[in-house]
Amino acid sequence: MSIDLKTIKHISKLSRISVDEKKAEKLASDLNSIFDFIEKLNELKTENLEPLTSVAETTLKLRPDEVKSKNLREQIIKNSPKDNEDYFVVPKVIE
Amino acid sequence: MSDITKQTLSELVNNIKKKKLSSSEVTKAFVDRSEKSKELNTYITEDFSNALDKAKKFDANPNLDLKLPGIPMAVKDLFCTANLRTTAGSKILNNFEPTYESTVTQNIWNEGAILIGKLNCDEFAMGSSNETSFFGNVQNPIDKNLVPGGSSGGSSSAVAAQLTPITIGTDTGGSIRQPASFTGTVGLKPTYGSCSRYGIVAFASSLDQAGPMAQNVKDCALLQEVISSYDQKDSTSIDFKRNQYSKELTKNIKGKKIGIPKEYRVDGMPKEVDDLWQKGIEYAKDCGAEIIDISLPHTNYALPTYYIVAPAEASSNLARYDGVKYGFRADGENLIDMYEKTRSEGFGAEVQRRIMIGTYVLSSGYYDAYYLKAQKVRKLIKNDFDEAYKKVDAILTPSTPSSAFKIGEKTNDPVSMYLNDIFTVPVNLAGLPGISIPAGHDSKGYPLGLQIIGKVFDEQNILNIAYAMEEKINFKNKISDWWIK
Repeated sequence: MSIDLKTIKHISKLSRISVDEKKAEKLASDLNSIFDFIEKLNELKTENLEPLTSVAETTLKLRPDEVKSKNLREQIIKNSPKDNEDYFVVPKVIE
Repeated sequence: MSDITKQTLSELVNNIKKKKLSSSEVTKAFVDRSEKSKELNTYITEDFSNALDKAKKFDANPNLDLKLPGIPMAVKDLFCTANLRTTAGSKILNNFEPTYESTVTQNIWNEGAILIGKLNCDEFAMGSSNETSFFGNVQNPIDKNLVPGGSSGGSSSAVAAQLTPITIGTDTGGSIRQPASFTGTVGLKPTYGSCSRYGIVAFASSLDQAGPMAQNVKDCALLQEVISSYDQKDSTSIDFKRNQYSKELTKNIKGKKIGIPKEYRVDGMPKEVDDLWQKGIEYAKDCGAEIIDISLPHTNYALPTYYIVAPAEASSNLARYDGVKYGFRADGENLIDMYEKTRSEGFGAEVQRRIMIGTYVLSSGYYDAYYLKAQKVRKLIKNDFDEAYKKVDAILTPSTPSSAFKIGEKTNDPVSMYLNDIFTVPVNLAGLPGISIPAGHDSKGYPLGLQIIGKVFDEQNILNIAYAMEEKINFKNKISDWWIK
């Protein structure tokens, strides 16, 4: 199989990572060598197997739905790259 | 007392308990040595003056019943520490200060230890050489320009160089055991569900586990006893009866059945590694263990499986880094442009590569062919271990297919870098515990490790085997302090 530049552009859009031509070419070459290596799995027949979704053999436990942390608004807002003290600020979404 | 930093964790704990040393003396010794060791680039964030203050406070009113009384400790920068910058080795978290503490680090502070700083690691723990960190390479104290392994490279380097008496790392595909092997130290990856993942920056959630990295097996057992706990805040944390690992530690492993998997004798493995493995088998026999040949037939499929499962989970976990609520942001013309530029400038090349792989294998039309297929093969790999454990109590393998390599040697070839984890990845896929212990040197004088893999929740057993073998091996790390001027 081969991952072409068009596919790289598509994946970059899905993963919200901007990619220029030069980077796309490098990524295509890297991903192709990684997928060549991954293709080894096709040697195995797996039609009738159940997928392993978790190695932790446990059922989810229930706990009371209680607020445990104190009001951290200030500390949380402090981590934002841009805010107006009350809200996170992003580029304009609606024209 | 001179040479404080040369003492093991157990010695330091004893000396503090017997009041032969104060926490301030010990903390100052490790801070001083860390100050002189900047060339190793082990720390991303130092917290030295706070640590010295905390040590003074501890000494004013010491609680000597704790397991780690006044012991200074640096930790991998993947663990969230409340109000102290936590970066995961990434530009995108360059200025992030968590509002909460990870459960594993909280368990450590609850036993009296004192944070001295945050240690370098591969970006989001994705790497095998610590070369993907935004904060630069870490030097291996064994030799100049040698990688310390990864992703817990700052941790392995700091323990080997005695900048911290002990530390913690995280292991998703080998990130504790491989760096331990590269630096002549001991590293344990516990059973999945043993240590809480709460507050650890997520990489691949079905594989990530925290674990201790130490100078010897006894110290490793003590820290495992402290960090392992059932935690409601992690839905995959498992409520089982945990051993008092250090108290129950024994060298008596007579009659234990140890399996040797033939599939681990891979093509191109250096003879030195094979010879070391044979020596390990002899040591295990000398300790009274019974050696049994076993087969893990799907071993060769573990790495390809891992490089679907781990990137898929990573692409999903790392979707949260969008430049809105915390971390780095690049300006954009509109919201989407801001997201795309933030993630393109904020993530390094390896992280972007893995996000792209993960996004691709989860994308419409490819999910069944890649992700579902990999989960099915993961089942086969786990079945191999289940079968083997009907016959044996533990499995002995080399930790890595080679000793540490030079900085820059493998950065241009992702697949050759991935092959480093060939012996460690199957253990994560099956959710088992594994420990790497130093077992000898290659012709270059670089350390090589052996890995002991256990049954689920059987940490005590592999710690015991490691403890017994450690005595027979009698490994001495060759470190010349070349970086101290």
